[in-house]
Amino acid sequence: MLATADAMTFSPYSGAVSRGMLVSPGMTRPRRRMATAEPMQPTADDVRRSALMAAAQAGDKIAYETLLRDCVPLIRAIARRQGVSPGHVDDVVQEVLLTIHRARQTYDPARSFTAWLRVIAERRAVDLLRQTGRRGARELHAQIAFENYADESADPAGGLQHADDAGRVSQALASLPPRQREAVQYLVLNEQSLAEASASTRRSKGSLKVNLHRALKALRGTMEREG
Amino acid sequence: MSNVTQQGPSHDRLIQGLASDLRPVHPLPPASKRAVIWLGFVVVAGLVLSLIADLSAFMNRLMMSPDMWLAMLGSALTAVLAAIAAFKLSLPDSPRIWAVLPLPAVLLWVFASGLGCLRDYVLPGTHVAPMGETMECLAIIVALSVPFSLLMFAMLREAFPLLPGLTASVAGLAVAAASATLLNLFHPLDAAVVDLLVHAIAVALVIVVSRLIGRRIFASTNFSKAP
Repeated sequence: MLATADAMTFSPYSGAVSRGMLVSPGMTRPRRRMATAEPMQPTADDVRRSALMAAAQAGDKIAYETLLRDCVPLIRAIARRQGVSPGHVDDVVQEVLLTIHRARQTYDPARSFTAWLRVIAERRAVDLLRQTGRRGARELHAQIAFENYADESADPAGGLQHADDAGRVSQALASLPPRQREAVQYLVLNEQSLAEASASTRRSKGSLKVNLHRALKALRGTMEREG
Repeated sequence: MSNVTQQGPSHDRLIQGLASDLRPVHPLPPASKRAVIWLGFVVVAGLVLSLIADLSAFMNRLMMSPDMWLAMLGSALTAVLAAIAAFKLSLPDSPRIWAVLPLPAVLLWVFASGLGCLRDYVLPGTHVAPMGETMECLAIIVALSVPFSLLMFAMLREAFPLLPGLTASVAGLAVAAASATLLNLFHPLDAAVVDLLVHAIAVALVIVVSRLIGRRIFASTNFSKAP
């Protein structure tokens, strides 16, 4: 019987699943049961969740938040049981939480919330398996090709050169008088407008412009000398 | 508090966001009740159309050929059962087996319509519709389908179908069957195979278009595309 099988194999709080293997997307999945919302034996947890959902339908945000947090381990266990790989389980959790939110008006408070959630989680897990399966069929993982062909545009010395240039600019900047350095800092490095830099430094726009002009001239001279 | 547990992200931000977005909702009425509302609209449309139809000719046609009222009964039953099935399927936890509910009525409809083909042999001299009349039938089915579809999809959107293609197809069957039933008010007595073929094409057209439109309308229910 379905309810008995679920009770034996699935513990929502420990997240323990004794049946169903974990497989990567694209691999053969374990056989799925037909998705139905047949009522399971109502447990105290189920009654509590149903009450929380009924309160959420009435607009109780605290009950809703409690319920959604309570659902996360349950959804994870269902997704794993459906054969979703560990790396994708949280994608399913996210989708199921969104689905609960958008479909909350379809829940009938007289019925089992856990059964309702179980079918939604199973369907979302299958949706993800289909989607990742399709993507896996389209994309090719060519590890050997990646290793055999060199990147012609690669420039291993470029990084060192860039770091060296950055160091020279920093040194040249440090040797500038304080007002000129301040103008470069606010107008160039912080990308502020003249008005913003003027407000930040309490100097006039004209003074900032003059100091920036002088700073750039000095920097250009220093860099050219060091060649 | 860390947002990541040993099992993965705790989805705290999403849960808080959903809770802050929570608005009170009324649980949807049962699917059968929503189907009755939609069928009520079809009945009202039928009553309005009967004001401009030649009812004595309609009754005369039914009296003369038992296959016609059998076919009409089949299409009307198909509309009722397919409407119930569509509203059931629009619930996210509904089993897909509901899609076969209208099947017996569809078989009756097809069987009785097939009987009509033999009528020309049973009742020699029966009026056979020329092509122009046949195309008129197609136009009536398609034209009636528009308002019926609009109401059907507006009502289905209140739920949250996780089987969008199947739900939309069964909804299309309900719409096409309802239109074909009302077509009998205006339909001349005919038995040509081409006429039945045109009916079948019109019904198939409505189902295919409904499926395409439905998938688009319910697209928001699809699994979010991974980046």
